[in-house]
Amino acid sequence: MSETDATGQMQFGLFSVSDITQDPTTGVTPSEAERIQATLTIAKHAEEVGLDVFAIGEHHNPPFWSSSPTTTLAYIAAQTERLIVSTATTLITTNDPVKIAEDFAVLQHVSGGRADLMLGRGNTGPVYPWFGKDIRQGLPLAIENYALLHKLWREDIVDWEGKFRTPLQGFTSTPRPLDGVPPFVWHGSIRTPEIAEQAAYYGDGFFANNIFWPAEHYQRLIELYRQRWAHYGHGDPETAIVGLGGQAFMRKNSQDAINEFRPYFDNAPVYGHGPSMEDFTKMTPLTVGSPQQVIDRYAGMRDLFGDYQRQLFLMDHSGLPLKTVLEQIDILGGEVVPVLRKELAKNRPATVPDAPTHAGLVKAAYGDGPVRQPRPNANRGDNVTGGSPYQDTPTPQGAAFGLGGAR
Amino acid sequence: MSAARRVAVVAAGLSTPSSTRMLADRLSAAVVKHLDERGITASVDTFELRDVAHDITNNMLTGFAGAELESMINTVVSADALIVVTPIFSTSYSGMFKSFIDVLDKDSLIGKPVLIGATAGTPRHSLAIDYAIRPLFAYLHADTVSTGVFAASDDWGSGGDQVATLGDRIEKGAAELADAVARRDPATSSDPFDPANYLHGGSSFDHLLGGFAGD
Repeated sequence: MSETDATGQMQFGLFSVSDITQDPTTGVTPSEAERIQATLTIAKHAEEVGLDVFAIGEHHNPPFWSSSPTTTLAYIAAQTERLIVSTATTLITTNDPVKIAEDFAVLQHVSGGRADLMLGRGNTGPVYPWFGKDIRQGLPLAIENYALLHKLWREDIVDWEGKFRTPLQGFTSTPRPLDGVPPFVWHGSIRTPEIAEQAAYYGDGFFANNIFWPAEHYQRLIELYRQRWAHYGHGDPETAIVGLGGQAFMRKNSQDAINEFRPYFDNAPVYGHGPSMEDFTKMTPLTVGSPQQVIDRYAGMRDLFGDYQRQLFLMDHSGLPLKTVLEQIDILGGEVVPVLRKELAKNRPATVPDAPTHAGLVKAAYGDGPVRQPRPNANRGDNVTGGSPYQDTPTPQGAAFGLGGAR
Repeated sequence: MSAARRVAVVAAGLSTPSSTRMLADRLSAAVVKHLDERGITASVDTFELRDVAHDITNNMLTGFAGAELESMINTVVSADALIVVTPIFSTSYSGMFKSFIDVLDKDSLIGKPVLIGATAGTPRHSLAIDYAIRPLFAYLHADTVSTGVFAASDDWGSGGDQVATLGDRIEKGAAELADAVARRDPATSSDPFDPANYLHGGSSFDHLLGGFAGD
C-alpha cells in the first residue's frame, strides 16, 4: 500500500473518447501525434486542478487513437501522484480476458494501486469480426469473459473451459494483483439490464455514461442495479457503487458558452446535425452555460440516481482545441468540483460507501492483518502438478482474497 | 365482458388531413365495432408520424427517442393490436414509415396482431401491401392478418370498386383483426428491466452464467 487515500466520498474526473476530430471553427484536424500528446497534457492537468480520475476509451479504428489504453495510462500514472487512471471502456467482448487480467495487474503495480477499469461491450460493430468474434454474441461474450477475468485475479491456478476461448489448464495470470486485491471493476452499460445484473451479482460498480440518453433510461438501470445488489446480499441498495458520466461546456457568461460551443455541438460526431443544442441539453445532462448552471445540474444528479461515488466528465471531444479544453478543466477543477464535493457531501448517509480506492479494498480484504505478497517458486514449467506456484505468506483467516494460494 | 384492450394506430400520411388518416380512422372505428360485437371493449390511440417526424430522424442520429416519440413507441408496442397505414411512395411504404419501423426494437412487435392499410393515387399500387409491407412485418414476426386494405383516390368517390367496396374491405380486415385480438389474452407489458424477463425465468445471474462459464 504505497498510496494515500486522498479521494474520499466522491471521485471527480474526466473520461475521454480519444476522437481526433476536425475543429469546425478552423478546419484544422490534429495529427495523431498532436492529439495523443494533448491527451497526456489533459490527463496531467486533471490532477493539477484537483480532479481524481482520468479514464480513456478503447477504439480500433480511425478517427480514434486509443487502441492500447494501459500503455497510455501507465505513462499518465508515472507522470502523476494521486490521479486514478481508468478506462471508459475496456472491451470485455473482443479482448482476451487473460490479456486484460495481465495488463491491468501490471498497471495496478506500476501505478501503485491507482488503476481501475470499466468494462463495456463497445459500440463499433466491425471490431467484433476484426477480433474474430460475432457481434450477435456480444452479451454472452461479456458474461463469459468476465467470469474468467474475475477468476484469474482471484485464483492463482485456473482450470477453465468456456465457449469462446481456448481452455486453460493450470494457468496462472501474472503478476498477481497488487497486494492480492484485484483492480476495482465498473460495468458500463447504456441499455442492458443483464449488465446491471452482472455488476450487482459480483458486487462490482455500475457506471452509466449518462451522456447520450435522457436520464430516465439510466435511472431504470441504476435502480435495477441497486435492487439486485441488495438481492445478492451485498448490502442495502444505497450501498451499491455507482458512477455517472456527464458533459459540460462553461464560460463565465452562459451566452458566451452557448455561442462558443454551438459549432462543436452542431458538428459533433455523435449528435451533430441531429437535435438542436437546446433540445439536447434539455434531454440529456449536457450543460452549456455558466459554472453555476453546471453545479446546479450535477448537484441534482443524486436526486435522480441516489448518492453515488464517481462523476466523470467528457470535456475533450468534437474537435475542441487543447487550449479550450485546458480552460474547461480549470473551471471544472477550480469552480465546479469543489462546490459539488460540498453539495454532494451534505446529508450523505453514513451508510453510503466512499468511492473505491486500492487502499480501501486492501483494508476491506485484510483489515489490519498482513497483506499477501506472493513470491514465485523457481519455474518448474507447469502448474498442473504439485502445489502452488508461489511461496506464499500465510493467508489470514477469513480473508476474501488469496485463498487460491493456500489450497 | 372481458378485459379492455388497446388498439394503436400509426398513420404515415403527410398532408393534414390525409387520405391515409381517413383510412386509419375508418379501420380503427371498424375494429372497435367488431371487438364490441365480440364483447370486448377497446380504446384507440392514433398517432400521425408527421407529428414526430423530427424525433424519428433525431432518434436515428442520436440513438435515443425524444420524450414524445418514446411515449408513442411505448404505447404502440404495448398495445393489443396495431393498425398501420402508409401512403405508397415509389412502389413501397413511405420513407418516414420505414424510418419509424427502423427505430423500433426489432423484437418489439413479435406476435402482435397487425392490420395493414395503404393509400395511393391509383389502384395500380394495390399489391404494394403484399410485396412490400407484408414482408416487413413478416421480418418483425408480427402476426399480420391476411386482408390488407388498400384505398386509391377513386375509392373515396364514385370511381372505386363497386363489387368489393372500400367499406367491405375495411369490414373484412377489421373483423380479422378483432378475431386475432379476441383469440389472445390481453397484452401484458414485458418490462425489459424485470429480472424474470431478462433472466429468462431464472432467479439469479447464475442462470446466465451457467450457459457460458465452464467451471
